[in-house]
Amino acid sequence: MPQQRPTPLDLQSVEGPGAVALERAPGRKGLFATTLRGQPQAIIGLAVVILFILIAVFAPLIAPHSIHAKTGGIYEAPDSNHWLGTDDGGVDMFSLLVYGTRVSLEVGFAAALVAMVIGGAVGVISGFFGGWVDVVLMRITDIFLVIPDLPLIIVVAAVFGRHLINIIIIIGVIYWTSTARLIRAQVKSVRERVYVKRARSIGAGNNRLIFKHVVPQVAPLLIANTVLTIALAVFLETYITFLGLGDPSTISWGKLIENSFLGNAVLNNAWWAVVPPGVAVTIVILACTMVGQSMEDALNPRLRVGHLAVRRFRMRPLHGRLDSE
Amino acid sequence: MSVEPVLRTEDLHVWFDLVSGRELHAVQGVSLELRPGERLGLVGESGCGKTTTILALMGLLPSSASVAGKVFLDGEDILARGEETVSPHRWNDISMVFQGAMNAFNPVKTIGSQIVEPMELHGTASGKAARAQVRELLELVGISGDRADRYPHEFSGGMRQRAAIALALACEPKVLLADEPTTALDVMVQAQILELLVRLTRDLGLSMILVTHDLPVVAQVCDRAAVMYAGEIVEMGEMSAIYHEPRHPYTRMLFAATPDLLGGDDVLSIPGSPPRLDHDIVGCPFAPRCDSAFSPCATTHPRRLETSPGHEALCHLNDRLVAEASA
Amino acid sequence: MSDAAQTLLEVEGLVTRYPVPRGIVGAIARQEKLEVHAVEGVSFSVGPGEMVALVGESGCGKTSTAQTVARMVEHQAGSIRFRGREIGRLSSRALRPLRREIQMIYQDPYESLDPRFTVRDTVEEPLLVHGIGGKKRDRDTKVREALERAGLTPADLYIDRFPHELSGGQRQRVAIAASLVLDPKLLVADEPVSMLDVSVRAGILSLLDSLRKDGMGILMITHDLSTAAHFADRIAVMYLGRIVEEGPAKEVVRNPQHPYTRALISVVPKRDPREQTVPQILTGETPNPVHLPSGCRFHPRCPMVEDRCKTIDPELHRARESKVAEHRAACIVTAPG
Repeated sequence: MPQQRPTPLDLQSVEGPGAVALERAPGRKGLFATTLRGQPQAIIGLAVVILFILIAVFAPLIAPHSIHAKTGGIYEAPDSNHWLGTDDGGVDMFSLLVYGTRVSLEVGFAAALVAMVIGGAVGVISGFFGGWVDVVLMRITDIFLVIPDLPLIIVVAAVFGRHLINIIIIIGVIYWTSTARLIRAQVKSVRERVYVKRARSIGAGNNRLIFKHVVPQVAPLLIANTVLTIALAVFLETYITFLGLGDPSTISWGKLIENSFLGNAVLNNAWWAVVPPGVAVTIVILACTMVGQSMEDALNPRLRVGHLAVRRFRMRPLHGRLDSE
Repeated sequence: MSVEPVLRTEDLHVWFDLVSGRELHAVQGVSLELRPGERLGLVGESGCGKTTTILALMGLLPSSASVAGKVFLDGEDILARGEETVSPHRWNDISMVFQGAMNAFNPVKTIGSQIVEPMELHGTASGKAARAQVRELLELVGISGDRADRYPHEFSGGMRQRAAIALALACEPKVLLADEPTTALDVMVQAQILELLVRLTRDLGLSMILVTHDLPVVAQVCDRAAVMYAGEIVEMGEMSAIYHEPRHPYTRMLFAATPDLLGGDDVLSIPGSPPRLDHDIVGCPFAPRCDSAFSPCATTHPRRLETSPGHEALCHLNDRLVAEASA
Repeated sequence: MSDAAQTLLEVEGLVTRYPVPRGIVGAIARQEKLEVHAVEGVSFSVGPGEMVALVGESGCGKTSTAQTVARMVEHQAGSIRFRGREIGRLSSRALRPLRREIQMIYQDPYESLDPRFTVRDTVEEPLLVHGIGGKKRDRDTKVREALERAGLTPADLYIDRFPHELSGGQRQRVAIAASLVLDPKLLVADEPVSMLDVSVRAGILSLLDSLRKDGMGILMITHDLSTAAHFADRIAVMYLGRIVEEGPAKEVVRNPQHPYTRALISVVPKRDPREQTVPQILTGETPNPVHLPSGCRFHPRCPMVEDRCKTIDPELHRARESKVAEHRAACIVTAPG
């Protein structure tokens, strides 16, 4: 069946085109399109994130030197050979920074994914079924919320070892709770929507209601929330590693900062060993936040308060009207 | 003997900027008159521009709106310099009961304090005098004055609508704009509110524009009516003239689409739907749906013609009528 | 001609109450457990090819009645018989096949459709849920048939659209098509047109009328007496959980026998500005259904109230001035019985 979709003007049979259909299109592509439209911060943020992803992927091609070999003096200042100088082992800082992108982003994305999966599942089950299931799950959530992050991380590091996978899991475990709450609230509201009730009245079972009606409706919010969680996860990874609880066999920005402190960079006035990783973390977090916030704004137009500003309509002169005298 | 209208608009236009870069021509050359003590009904379906029109009368449009035309309040053009000239008149001379006003009360403040607010803001009264006036106003709309210290949730829907009317009357305006004041209410409460509005126009000399999609309400309560379609007034005149001798097919078809309680006529829907207002429309905007469209309708926009004193319509069918009358 | 098997729906003595939540403070303070007496003993029937309208103001229990009949809400007493079979106490599993025969149409066309589903998805869903129409092609045919039956012709124009591309009236037709695809016998329509523009309402109501002529039974809930008078065969007027008057639609509207109905009808605006009746406006508003008045529920507002009305709770009887036996009112003054 070839043809293009008929344009609205063709819908003449019973009633014509949907009148002033200026509503936002909630289709699958809708979220990204609406987010990016009219929100320059979203475009900038997205561009920056993509840039860093590309840096991570193409690290071997971008890094000028090997990070395992001593290619310069100790704490050499930045010059044309070493754009960001060298660290206390004579390794090129710029290359370290580039390779560090990999682990930092990996952990950030993976941990956010863990948080999304756990938080999303708990939120959906809790919100949809309500009753004692909701109560039990929410109390579990509260327990996790209450556990202090740092002692938990220390204990996990001590008991399970400082492996990257553990770090990913622990970060996910720390952050799933807020996602769960958010999703639960949204699911509760979607559950009451007329189309869900209508589907139920047709005889649809819980599976269908959850997977076909509820989850697609909360998915955009979940994604927006996950993007924000990525920012948090990157930061937490940096923090953990800086404290020495990170995986010693990997290079991440947090590791670079930790190394700089262990290697007394400050005493050596080697700002290039301390500042760049910090700046990199900040930029990534900022970019993710910009995208995430824009997505949330796009999802919930009521969050925008611009319309509350003083009303200033404009007066304009009448152009010559052609017909009615 | 014609009396000077208390409110008169001349060729009022409103455009809204759209995200797509185009403009939505929401109000297209509305010219109407409101005489003192009169109840004028502004009728139309969703998207016809009736709410935008009355918002324009008070200058309550957002920054994406641009307005052209004149609005004369007691002879003065209050839109002459936009916000600057309109704001002194807001609430003092012309006020509004918004759609869903009964749900727009601040839940953490007493009804009385919310009615006092405009009085104090506009400097018409303050302190004890203001509170006394609030009680009087509440009594005027049928609420016991003691209830001024109660919170909105302690009032029923109908009572909150009355309170919203009292709020609109706080600064003793000359003109009251009521946007769908009874739409969300039960029919009995609707009757109470309509009776109140009639009483207010009679006893206070208030002039009122009642915006609604409900034709029978307008038939019951209004002296004159203006029917809007696609941003224009397509017919305007005395209530019984509009019903018994409609001069625009849309008016006639709209009545035919409204079931009457005791009447036995078939109820007929109007096929199609209103045109998009972000494109220029060629010819008569109603032509695609009209059951009486003929050759000029698709190409020429109809002219505003007065078919009998005080009764005007925007339809080519009247061209011949008026021509014959003047021949 | 009307034996039990002929009648589609028979409701008797239906009682539905909702508990008013007390909260922890209320429970500790031992506040009495309050209930909203939404439906308090309602009986009526709907036959095939018949449209019965339940009319009343907000809080009268008409929506609760509809939801109870459609088994979306549990009732406390009374019986619901569908095609002669008691369905009031069936489990959800046993109810499933019944959900094909009784379909509900909701008030809000802007919320009835999942915004992420195309028209096809929405209308196809009931088929998937009930495992009807094995091949995709068979389902496609059924979907198109349902769309056309609902007035969306040609189906091609609508089938791949999303709800936001459709007008209110079109959306409502999609919802109706989704109900029709299972070939139901009874439609429960809750205010099917109140959120639509006037010019569009008649189209939807005519559609329901033509479905009725095809043999479908329709229970319509509405607050709009004029609509009920025009399209329904019979009207039942509800007040505070009870039916206070019932009978053939035109009869009830032209010759109302219950004081409440009389007041309501006097207050409904007419189209003709010259033909406005003097409205008999009742004072106050409908009391909330938690604390019911004693005796006749309507007595505090009744213009014809007598002393005995405060103690006697009237039943439906043929009114003295009724022209037909089926026109009954629950008033000891006009229908002493």
